[in-house]
Amino acid sequence: MIPEIGHFSLWLALGMALVLGTVPLLGAQTGRADWMVLARPLSYLLFFFVAFAFACLVVSFVGHDFSVRYVATNSNTALPLPYRIAAVWGGHEGSLLLWVQMLALWTVAVAAFSRHLPAAVAARILAVMGLIAVGFLLFMLLTSNPFDRLFPAPPEGRDLNPLLQDPGMVIHPPMLYMGYVGFSVAFAFAIAALIGGTLDSTWARWTRPWTTVAWMFLTIGIALGSAWAYYELGWGGWWFWDPVENASLMPWLLGTALIHSLAVTEKRNSFKSWTVLLAILAFSFSLLGTFLVRSGVLSSVHAFATDPLRGQFILAFLAVVVGSSFGLYAWRAPEVGIGKRFGLWSKESALLGNNVLLVVAALAVMLGTLYPLVIDALGLGKISVGPPYFDAVFMPLMAPTVFLMGIGPLARWKNAELPAIALRLRWAAGVAIAGAVLTGVLAGEVRLVATLGLVMAYWIVGSVLTDLWGRLHPHGMDWAHAPTRLRQIPRALVGMMVAHLGIAVFCIGVVMVKTYEVESDVKMLVGDSTTVRGYTFTFDGIKELQGPNYVAAQGQMRVTRDGHPVADLRPEKRIYRVQQNPMTEAAIDSGLTRDLYVSLGEQVEGGAWIVRVYVKPFIDWIWYGCLFMALGGLLAVTDRRYRRAAEAQ
Amino acid sequence: MTPRRKRFAIALGILAVVGGTTALVLNAFQSNLVFFYSPSQIVAKEAPVGRTFRLGGLVLEGSVKREGVAVRFEVTDTATTVPVQFSGILPDLFKEGKGVVAQGKLENGVFQAKEVLAKHDENYMPPEAAEALKNAAKINAKTATSVVTSP
Repeated sequence: MIPEIGHFSLWLALGMALVLGTVPLLGAQTGRADWMVLARPLSYLLFFFVAFAFACLVVSFVGHDFSVRYVATNSNTALPLPYRIAAVWGGHEGSLLLWVQMLALWTVAVAAFSRHLPAAVAARILAVMGLIAVGFLLFMLLTSNPFDRLFPAPPEGRDLNPLLQDPGMVIHPPMLYMGYVGFSVAFAFAIAALIGGTLDSTWARWTRPWTTVAWMFLTIGIALGSAWAYYELGWGGWWFWDPVENASLMPWLLGTALIHSLAVTEKRNSFKSWTVLLAILAFSFSLLGTFLVRSGVLSSVHAFATDPLRGQFILAFLAVVVGSSFGLYAWRAPEVGIGKRFGLWSKESALLGNNVLLVVAALAVMLGTLYPLVIDALGLGKISVGPPYFDAVFMPLMAPTVFLMGIGPLARWKNAELPAIALRLRWAAGVAIAGAVLTGVLAGEVRLVATLGLVMAYWIVGSVLTDLWGRLHPHGMDWAHAPTRLRQIPRALVGMMVAHLGIAVFCIGVVMVKTYEVESDVKMLVGDSTTVRGYTFTFDGIKELQGPNYVAAQGQMRVTRDGHPVADLRPEKRIYRVQQNPMTEAAIDSGLTRDLYVSLGEQVEGGAWIVRVYVKPFIDWIWYGCLFMALGGLLAVTDRRYRRAAEAQ
Repeated sequence: MTPRRKRFAIALGILAVVGGTTALVLNAFQSNLVFFYSPSQIVAKEAPVGRTFRLGGLVLEGSVKREGVAVRFEVTDTATTVPVQFSGILPDLFKEGKGVVAQGKLENGVFQAKEVLAKHDENYMPPEAAEALKNAAKINAKTATSVVTSP
């Protein structure tokens, strides 16, 4: 009974979305206030029905209702409760439901926090979000209904893919989807502005916090996915340039560009049509990502769909959304205008430069991701575009981006004095170069590419410190007033500094691990030891272990350094009972300056095991960097002027 | 600076970024595209020598030989087989009789694999491997009909 109620609830949600997508929009066009006010209650109802359906699916999973096909495919009576709940988004149908759930959540948030907006604007925004919900609800109900029954019901479920039975599964998809789907808000704001024909700095101020929050979630979501791949896939990589990863990176790059472009639109009333274009692009790339991941054109752990109808539906939906929004853009953008002019050397130029670089980087990633698919679709053969392509294209684009990142915050709006900036940043440049070389010397080896990467990282740090110094001591050294001035720095600015420092931390992590990591695969008998970068790994044998739904061989690995114990690592090789797949669980000893990483290969002749032993310097900094970026976003959205705007309502 | 010259400078800057990137992309495509070949194509000497490419097919039953960290196995598309040499840990779902994709170079008739690609679940067949089997099936079908028609 519960699955039927859930299914019915989805149809009701579709009904709400249909009315939400049309009536308030028509109301806004014809000036009928009684139609416009419907937008808010309809949004609440949409959220309620989607959440109710979601809850029904959760109940089916928790209660082992294997008569529901989706539950039978993705769960099992031995599956622990947290994973039964996470299994809701462990397959195609459920992850779509999660998508719609997130969309409804964003819609309801906009409905609740948009009371300061003019009625027509709020009605249009909510209507656009309703239309997006119509597309996805239709997709789910027509091709991928999570409540489909299975008759006769099997006594036991096929279990969740063992790769997904991990705490990362509980949190990574919701975070990522919050980010992905969150760009729909900026998109809806942009479409509403295009329809309404008014786009000014007020519009940008409304849009900014929404975009920043979405970007924050996306940043965390991507970082979690990367950390998960690092410890779960068992071979210690953190980014593979896999199409699915690229699918999340592209919206992130465009979202980053959008955040910066919105800043210009708000502060200077400039870049207007460019900002709108970015808002449309960011969400279009979110949809493209959904298409890539959900249509089955890719083969990976993320791709579940095999029904060609599903791929066609998403492609058609993508075409409708992108086509209509670009059509609207081409028609209305001239009215929006590009906004205020600015000097060639100015903060605007630095931000424009970074925008162009980020967009071009996203397009280059798209080219590398789609090219093999296009070639395959045209029947020209099977090729793959691997990490070397992305490294060769992406890195050279990021170098100037980071360089501009150091200059932008210090440059003045409208017209900046180039020599003055150069004078202010001379210390940052000097310290960056000296620091990079020094780091190389300390690490034992100076390498050109690594030094360049470190120069970039330290350059950001130097620039942020220069900026901070200039704000604390605007008229020469003045420590007496520095604490007051520190408190007076707006939180949005602090957020920017923290986020930029996050990029620096991230760069340090990437450069250090790429340059100085040591990976070795060795054959070890019980009692054997191997030394990697001063750490001695001793293999004490294997223990049998019983998990809730798997059996495991657990390696006992002692790590010492100069005779002192450092860590006991317990890598596992698991066999999950239902699917009978072996799974490697790496054991990691995390540290601020290095990770020790051990994973078990296979057992070979004489009871020996092939063991993978890695020392990865500074790898955790990659994720610390992402956390810094997200924290910067959080600081920025809690800036006083947004709270003041909220209080003024 | 006049507005016109300024606009020109900005356009030039954007053009430089786009142009530079295009050059980077073309260059990277030239050297980093990895093509796919089936065992039959390799035996027919269609695969490049000394260049990285991908090989796909099934792991031949009984062909996996471990010597410490090194491992040898054979990849078949049911028509022909190619010996593969690899050093390191094989992915969890590597099994005899199952689909596999390896990336590496051909040296003296042996495929020196740098990477053996992981599959994500037991039922999944890598598209490259599926393609190789399909092509080989065509070849097999052809030889079969020719046997029938010849006296």
